[in-house]
Amino acid sequence: MKNLFNKLGERLNRVSSMKLTLLAVLSALIVGAFIIIFSDVDNLKNGDILGAISTVGSAYWALVVGSFGSLRAISNTINSSTPLILCGVSVAIAFKAGLFNIGATGQMLAGGMTALWVGFAMDGPGIIQVPLAILAGAIGGAVFGAIPGVLKARTGAHEVITTIMLNNMAAFFILWLLKTDLFQREDRTDPISKLVSAQGRLPRLFGFLDGRSDLVAHIGFIVAIGAVVAYWWFLKKTTTGFEFRAYGLNADAATYAGMHVKRLTVLSMVFAGGFAGLAGAAEVLGTYGYASTNFAGNIGFDAIAIALLGQSSPLGTMFAAILFGALQAGGRQMQTNSDVPIDLIIVLRALIVMFIAAPLLIKTIWRTKSAHVSAGQTFRGWGS
Amino acid sequence: MKLELRGITKRFPGVVANDNVNLSLNTGEVLSLIGENGAGKSTLMSVLYGMYKPDEGQIVIDGTELVFTSPADAIAAGIGMVHQHFMLVPVFTVAENVVLGVEPTGTLGKLNIDEARRMVREISDKYNLDLDPDAVIEDLPVGVQQRVEIVKVLLRDAKVVVFDEPTAVLTPSEIIEFFEIVKTLVSAGRGVVFITHKLKEALNIADRIAVLRRGKVVGEVDPKTATESHIAEMMVGRPVQLTVEKNSAEAGDVVLKVTDLTVLDADGRTHVEKVSFEVHAGEIVGIAGVQGNGQTELVEALTGLRKATSGVIALDGKDLTHSNPRERHQMGMAHIPEDRQRQGLVGGLSVAENLVLTRYHDDQFSHGVIVEWDAADAMAETLIGEYDIRTPNKETGVGTLSGGNQQKVIVARELSRDLRLTIAAQPTRGVDVGSIEYIHSRIVKERDAGTAVLIVSTELEEVMALSDRLLVMYRGKVVAELDPKKVTPMEVGLYMAGSRPDSAVTA
Repeated sequence: MKNLFNKLGERLNRVSSMKLTLLAVLSALIVGAFIIIFSDVDNLKNGDILGAISTVGSAYWALVVGSFGSLRAISNTINSSTPLILCGVSVAIAFKAGLFNIGATGQMLAGGMTALWVGFAMDGPGIIQVPLAILAGAIGGAVFGAIPGVLKARTGAHEVITTIMLNNMAAFFILWLLKTDLFQREDRTDPISKLVSAQGRLPRLFGFLDGRSDLVAHIGFIVAIGAVVAYWWFLKKTTTGFEFRAYGLNADAATYAGMHVKRLTVLSMVFAGGFAGLAGAAEVLGTYGYASTNFAGNIGFDAIAIALLGQSSPLGTMFAAILFGALQAGGRQMQTNSDVPIDLIIVLRALIVMFIAAPLLIKTIWRTKSAHVSAGQTFRGWGS
Repeated sequence: MKLELRGITKRFPGVVANDNVNLSLNTGEVLSLIGENGAGKSTLMSVLYGMYKPDEGQIVIDGTELVFTSPADAIAAGIGMVHQHFMLVPVFTVAENVVLGVEPTGTLGKLNIDEARRMVREISDKYNLDLDPDAVIEDLPVGVQQRVEIVKVLLRDAKVVVFDEPTAVLTPSEIIEFFEIVKTLVSAGRGVVFITHKLKEALNIADRIAVLRRGKVVGEVDPKTATESHIAEMMVGRPVQLTVEKNSAEAGDVVLKVTDLTVLDADGRTHVEKVSFEVHAGEIVGIAGVQGNGQTELVEALTGLRKATSGVIALDGKDLTHSNPRERHQMGMAHIPEDRQRQGLVGGLSVAENLVLTRYHDDQFSHGVIVEWDAADAMAETLIGEYDIRTPNKETGVGTLSGGNQQKVIVARELSRDLRLTIAAQPTRGVDVGSIEYIHSRIVKERDAGTAVLIVSTELEEVMALSDRLLVMYRGKVVAELDPKKVTPMEVGLYMAGSRPDSAVTA
C-alpha cells in the first residue's frame, strides 16, 4: 500500500513537471494576447477595447484552424514539424550525454547535401533509392557531427564554440558546392542544385488522395516518428543509452564506473549529427526536391528550444516539435485572416522558452506548489 | 544578549526539516547542536542566518522579535556564521579577505588597506588568533584559514558565532587550538553555537548539548553528566554500537602491492611520492592523514582514475599500473569513492540504475547492446533487502535518499560480488550513526571473507578502529606504519601533522 502511494507520488511529480510546461505555454499565449491588443492600433485609437480583444480571439482561432482545422492544415503542420522533430531529437540526444549541440544546422546541411547527391546522381527504383538517400543523409550528418565530438574528446575544445563555427563552415562550403558542376542546375547561375529524380523524392503522405497536390506532407514524418522511437529505445534499453544518461547527469561518476567517456562524447555527437542529417535529407528529398543555400533555415536553432521544452525526453521533444510546427503552419493562416503578423509566432516561441527557463516565475504566477521542478536538461559548463 | 528560537518550523515539500524547535542561547556559553545528517541542523542554522524564512515560529533577541530576510539582517542583529566550506578568496591576503564587503575606505572610495591591516591585528591580538594580515590565503593551512573566517565574523561584531562542523577539516592538534579559541570567545562574552556530529567534541567543549532528531529537539543534555552512548541513542532513536567489533586479522597472501608509486598532477605538482606498501588478503590496512596530503590522489591512482607517473601497482601479482578502471573492476577491485555525490552515484538515476552502474555491461545484466533490466531490477530488490537500504522503492531517484542510504547503495553495489581487494575512501563521511555501524560491520565481514581491504579516512577514530595495520600519509609520503592497538590517537595525530612523536616536545 505504501509502495503504491510512493509510485503515485512519483507519477504526480512527473505530471507536475508537464503541468509546468503546459502552464508556460499558456502564460506565453496570455502575454501574446496582450501584445496583440497593444499592437492593434486601429481599434485602440477608436477606444474600441472589445474590438482589440476580438482580434486576439480571431488571431488565436486562425492559429488553431491553420494548424489543425483541415486536412490541408494538418498536412502543413506535419510538414513543418518533420525537420523540427528530427533536429529536436538531435539536440536532445546530445543534451542527454551532457553536450550542447548548437550545430544541428550545419549537420542538417551536410546530411541534406549527401542525400541530395544520392537523390540526383543515382537513378534506381524509388524503393531502393529513397532509403539509400535517407541513409546517406544520416551518414553525412553523422560524419559532420563527429568533428566537434572528436575535437572535444581529443583536445577538450568546447562543442558550443566548435559547432557554431562548423555551422558557418558548412554554410560556405555548401555555397561553393552549389556552384560546382556536380551540383549546380545546368541552366542556372545562382547557387541552386539539380533536381532530385522523381523516384528519389520522398513519397507524399497523402499521395493516395487524388487531386490533392496541396497536401505536401511527405514520409519524412514517418522517418521522424521512427527517430523518436529509436531514440526512446536507445535510452531505455541499450547499454550505450544507459551510459549516455549516466554521463550526461554525472560525468565523474561515469568515469568512476569505468565508462569510456571520450568514446561517449564522440558517439553522442555522431548520433546528434545523424538525426540532424536525417532532417536535412527530409527537407531536400521531401519538401524541396533540390537544395538552395539556406534550406536548413532556422530549424537547427529552433531545435534547441524544442529540446529544452521537451526536457530532452523522446515524447516531450516530439510534442514540442509538433507544437512549434503547428505554430508555424497556423501563423501563416493567422497573418491572412487577421492583421496580426506572423512575427507574433516568433514572439510566442520566445515567450514559451523564457517561461520554461524560469520555472520559478511560472510557479509564482500560477501559485502552484509542486514538489519537484525539473529545469529541463542542461549541459555541463565550460572546461568539463 | 539572549538569543531565542521559538517554535521554529520549516517545511520542504515532503519533509518537515524543523518541527517546532525551541532553543535559547546566552552570550558567554557554548551550545552544541548535535544530530545526524538530515536531522535539520543546517536548516535550523540557515533559518537563524536569514537564508530560509521559517514557516512558523520566531527569532527573538533580548525579548524583541526579529524577522531576517537575508544574511545581512542576521549579521546586523549580531549573528555570525563560520561555514564548513570557507568563503575566502584564495589569492587575496588575510586583511583583504576580512574586510571584503565592509571595506574601510578613504576619499573617492579608495581602499584603506592599512586600516584593514590594523583591524585584523587588533582582533587577532585580542583573541590570540596569531594571524599575519599580509599572508595570502592559499598559502595558509586550513586551521589558520578557519581563524580568518572567525576574524571576519568578529569584525562584523557578532555576539553569537555559529560554527558549522568546524572540526571536520582540522588535525587533532588544530582541533585543540580551535577549542582554545572557542573558550577565548566565550570568556570575552560571545555566545557560540557549535554544530557537530562528533559526540566526543560536543562533550568536550559545550556547556549545553541540544540533540536534534528528524527536525525535532529530542532533548537537551548536560555534558557533565551525559555519556556518549546516551547521546548517540538520542540521536538515532535506538541503542547503537559505537565501537567496531572484530576479531584479530588472519592475513593471507599479498593481494595489493604498491611499489614506489609517484603521482604528479597536470601542473607538475607532486601529490604522491614514492609510496610503497602491501595489503594482504584478510586484513584491513588503514591510511590516516589530514585531508589534502595525497590520499585522494593515491586512491585515484590505485583505482585507475588518475595516471601513475611512476611506480608499479600489482594486484595478485599482475601489473595493472596502466589498466583502466573497468579492467581493474573486473579483476576484483571494488572502490567506494570518497565523494559519493560526485563520483559514486548518479543522483538523477534510480536506485536500481545506480546499483548496476559499474556492472550493467556484465553478461548477467546485458545481452549484446541490450540491458536486461529485469535482471538488474531483480538484483536491486535483493540488495535493497540485504543491505537494508531505506528507499520507497527501487525506482526512486538515488539523490533523494539520505546520506547513509546513498552510501549503502554504493556499498551494496561494490561489495556484492566476488572481490580480491576493496578500496574504501571516507566510507562513512556524512553518514548517520546507525549506517556507520552497519557499513563498518560490512567491511569487517568482507575482510573475514578473505578480501584485502584498504581504508582511507580522515576520521582518525574510524581508521584506528577498523584497521589491522595503520599507515600515516603526510605531504604525499607514507611517514609511518603503526599498529593501531599500540598507539594513541594523539601520537598518530603528531605523525599526521608531520612531526615524529619521539622528536616532538611532549605536550
